[in-house]
Amino acid sequence: MSDKLMKLTLKIWRQKDADSPGKMESYQVEGISEHMSFLEMLDVFNEQQINQGNEPVAFDHDCREGICGMCSLQINGEPHGPDRGVTTCQLHMRMFNDGDTITIEPFRAKAFPVIKDLVVDRTSFDRIQHAGGFISVNTSGNTQDANNIPVEKENADKAFDAATCIGCGACVAACKNASAMLFVSAKVSQFALLPQGKIEAKDRVLNMVHQMDEEGFGNCSNTGACEVECPKGISLENIARMNREYLKASLTKE
Amino acid sequence: MSVLDAKVPEGPIKDKWTNHKNKINLVNPANKRLIDVIVVGTGLAGGSAAASLAELGYKVKAFAFQDSPRRAHSIAAQGGINAAKNYQNDGDSIYRLFYDTVKGGDYRGRESNVYRLAEVSANIIDQCVAQGVPFAREYGGLLDNRSFGGVLVSRTFYAKGQTGQQLLLGAYSAMNRQIGKGKIEMYNRHEMLDLVVVNGKARGIIVRNLITGAIERHAAHAVVLATGGYGNVFFLSTNAMGSNVTAAWRAHRRGAYFANPCYTQIHPTCIPRSGDYQSKLTLMSESLRNDGRIWVPKNKEDVEKIRSGQIKPRDLSEEDRDYYLERRYPAFGNLVPRDVASRAAKERCDAGYGVNQTGEAVFLDFSSAIERYGKEQANVLGEKDASHDRIIALGKEVIANKYGNLFQMYEKITADNPYETPMKIYPAVHYTMGGLWVDYNLMTTVPGCYAAGEANFSDHGANRLGASALMQGLADGYFVLPYTIGDYLADEIRTGAISTETPEFDEAEKAVKDRINELMSIKGSQSVDSFHKRLGKVMWDKCGMSRNANGLEEAIKEIRQIREEFWKDLRIPGKANEFNPELEKAMRVADFLELGELFAKDALHRNESCGGHFREESVEESGEQQGEAKRDDENFKYVAAWEWTGDPGEANLHKEDLVFENIELKQRSYK
Ligand SMILES: Cc1cc2nc3c(=O)[nH]c(=O)nc-3n(C[C@H](O)[C@H](O)[C@H](O)COP(=O)(O)OP(=O)(O)OC[C@H]3O[C@@H](n4cnc5c(N)ncnc54)[C@H](O)[C@@H]3O)c2cc1C
Ligand code: SF4
Ligand code: FES
Repeated sequence: MSDKLMKLTLKIWRQKDADSPGKMESYQVEGISEHMSFLEMLDVFNEQQINQGNEPVAFDHDCREGICGMCSLQINGEPHGPDRGVTTCQLHMRMFNDGDTITIEPFRAKAFPVIKDLVVDRTSFDRIQHAGGFISVNTSGNTQDANNIPVEKENADKAFDAATCIGCGACVAACKNASAMLFVSAKVSQFALLPQGKIEAKDRVLNMVHQMDEEGFGNCSNTGACEVECPKGISLENIARMNREYLKASLTKE
Repeated sequence: MSVLDAKVPEGPIKDKWTNHKNKINLVNPANKRLIDVIVVGTGLAGGSAAASLAELGYKVKAFAFQDSPRRAHSIAAQGGINAAKNYQNDGDSIYRLFYDTVKGGDYRGRESNVYRLAEVSANIIDQCVAQGVPFAREYGGLLDNRSFGGVLVSRTFYAKGQTGQQLLLGAYSAMNRQIGKGKIEMYNRHEMLDLVVVNGKARGIIVRNLITGAIERHAAHAVVLATGGYGNVFFLSTNAMGSNVTAAWRAHRRGAYFANPCYTQIHPTCIPRSGDYQSKLTLMSESLRNDGRIWVPKNKEDVEKIRSGQIKPRDLSEEDRDYYLERRYPAFGNLVPRDVASRAAKERCDAGYGVNQTGEAVFLDFSSAIERYGKEQANVLGEKDASHDRIIALGKEVIANKYGNLFQMYEKITADNPYETPMKIYPAVHYTMGGLWVDYNLMTTVPGCYAAGEANFSDHGANRLGASALMQGLADGYFVLPYTIGDYLADEIRTGAISTETPEFDEAEKAVKDRINELMSIKGSQSVDSFHKRLGKVMWDKCGMSRNANGLEEAIKEIRQIREEFWKDLRIPGKANEFNPELEKAMRVADFLELGELFAKDALHRNESCGGHFREESVEESGEQQGEAKRDDENFKYVAAWEWTGDPGEANLHKEDLVFENIELKQRSYK
């Protein structure tokens, strides 16, 4: 394929481990095609580093198709980079130009400590889910026939939209307060919109919000930055719904 | 060579599972608390197993190499999950799902397991809906279905193009409930590197903490491996980057037989590769074949013009297009099974009709569907005189509703808009039907070591039908293992806690540490990826969509060479006792380099074509099926289960004869 290759300057956050201080370092990378994904560009960069006897840069990734939520880079100051509606692994180099300088940092938040270089620990998200991100049914399969629980299509679709959150944490990284409201509200909304989820709705929202605060995420001041950067288009409506659910639950609980 | 006993229960096929459940041993609730179970993997199979076992009362430890159970490779499944609900009243039944699966697998699966799978399938949907999985619904509020390749009914449940995500998040939520209660201890970013066998029984695992590099021992009364498939032996596949064979391979080296390693599914609809830097291939869900029509130009001159951009695909008139699947397989058309569709694409491209620069692409075209849906929608809206533009706009909306995220994914990767121009697709490695041999109870040949999900070989024969992997993973984890493991554990209630301070754990830990030290001390000049790519190329060229004896023999030699070079000239930067992704990859590739050889050996020994395994020496030479794959039931109607003897090339073959009592063996025809 005829294709002109780009030369780029990368400014990358390097940090040995959680306890060491980190700093930005500058590198050159050559031979980058516009058809590469951003992570393939980093693969090429790492291969060059290894061949030169240097340590490659560590970053998280797995599915490379925008669904596992593992990739998590702050690119030129934006979580998942300049394109909209995509994760880092779906970002392509055609968004950049020959000669560009690109800064690459980890997602930053108190609740996401750095493990190494660009890899952060997002288990705080899991702990919020442990606190209530489920419906308490056993997995026996001895439930009622699936079609005995009809769900209005509109609600089913909204619940689905909320459920498409991939747990990447871009919303937190985008927020000046490092708030996790968009992430938590997506789960709360999915269940609040379904008849199956209504039964435990009050406990769920109270417990999840409590855990979110415990983990050290900041408060929501309605800047809307999270929605802009969310690769899955999770809507601010979910935050509004969670606030209503929370209010309802706090007023009627005991 | 011995004959393997699959422990299939007696009785008519439709009663086997019920009878078995009635007869097997149970563990009483108080005793379950005394029993530890390790579950490696938290995809659909492992996640559902861990949650269910914890719910039953066992003490569960679960492991995954990702940073959260929710990120297992299952998350990426797109199109849907099958279940014999017959909600569409189109003639579906347990028997039909059973039949379709056995036939789709080209009669190389075990009847009893497949029947059980079909039997429990309906319950999976009930279970998932109760958990809040937001499946697609119709306006009346009931569940919607679509159809998938290789079948004539609509039995696939889906959540847009994110079915795997929604099902995995369901299993993850069930796990979270148990983690919250303290009944599952979850070990994220931990990789299993060996199985520990004590007195012939699986008693634990050795893992590496991927953050600190520490080597840890974990003991249990039973070990479940739900570690997924090994398609990444090809380097390029639709699997997630981390998907690997290590857990299964290490169990194999400790005595678990590896079954049918050469059975690989090459999926027909993936985005073609664009360059050498390519790190993985992206699937475009099979569900697209419901509405997309596959074609290449009829004439070579048009191929050239399309490649060079002189004409656009849409400029070509209907008469100048070759809808080759509709032409060759009128009964199933674009919905033939995957292996058939893939080979047909390869046949056209090898003949010079590929539509991109590399010559390895065919079109998947939605224009007819857009127009058809547009007209339907205009009628629904009462717009009798809708203009063509209006119809197309309405049609695009319908398509966007069904496949929006896939179309977006395609456009992000290729910069082409599939609403306006046909997609370009080509086959890619996608799924491995082979895996650890298991009996009816899902136990491997190592007592107490179970395998579930894609990691085992059990249900799909030589070819898996679309939307059946998710079904199998959840069936294994939610409904099969929780029963069958009790049968084994009932004898363990007096065993007491398993100690990790035994010679067997010492030995296994030492073996892992030695392996790591050896890898780290090579200090050669070539990266892990460079070896992995070379292995992948050999696999693709010689063990890919079509195979022959010559090529396979060469493959075996070449893989051995690459393996030798790997152990002499590998370079791993950094240290072993820290977060080190290069070391992680190296350990996986080391195992792929052994598996690859066994794979080729298995493919070489199976001198027949069946399902995804196509041997050029075995094709129909005349008649209606001329040129199609030719199975050889007389000589190969068995499962090939390989025993480790110290070298992959020297593996011992064991056979499980396949008995077909409920389905007549036939030439698989989709004409
Ligand atoms: C792109 C794509 C789309 C698909 N679409 C469909 C579809 O629509 N319908 C369908 O039925 N099937 C589909 N499939 C197939 C299906 O997704 C998989 O076969 C299935 O999800 C496998 O599930 P699993 O639980 O067996 O393993 P996986 O989901 O692969 O999980 C493996 C688990 O094991 C862990 N693991 C692996 N090795 C180790 C180790 N050494 N130590 C510790 N942990 C380890 C991983 O961390 C992970 O948790 C698709 C596959 C792909 C690639
Ligand atoms: S809400 Fe969006 S940005 Fe936040 S975790 Fe979910 S997908 Fe990521
Ligand atoms: S690597 Fe999975 S979302 Fe990016």
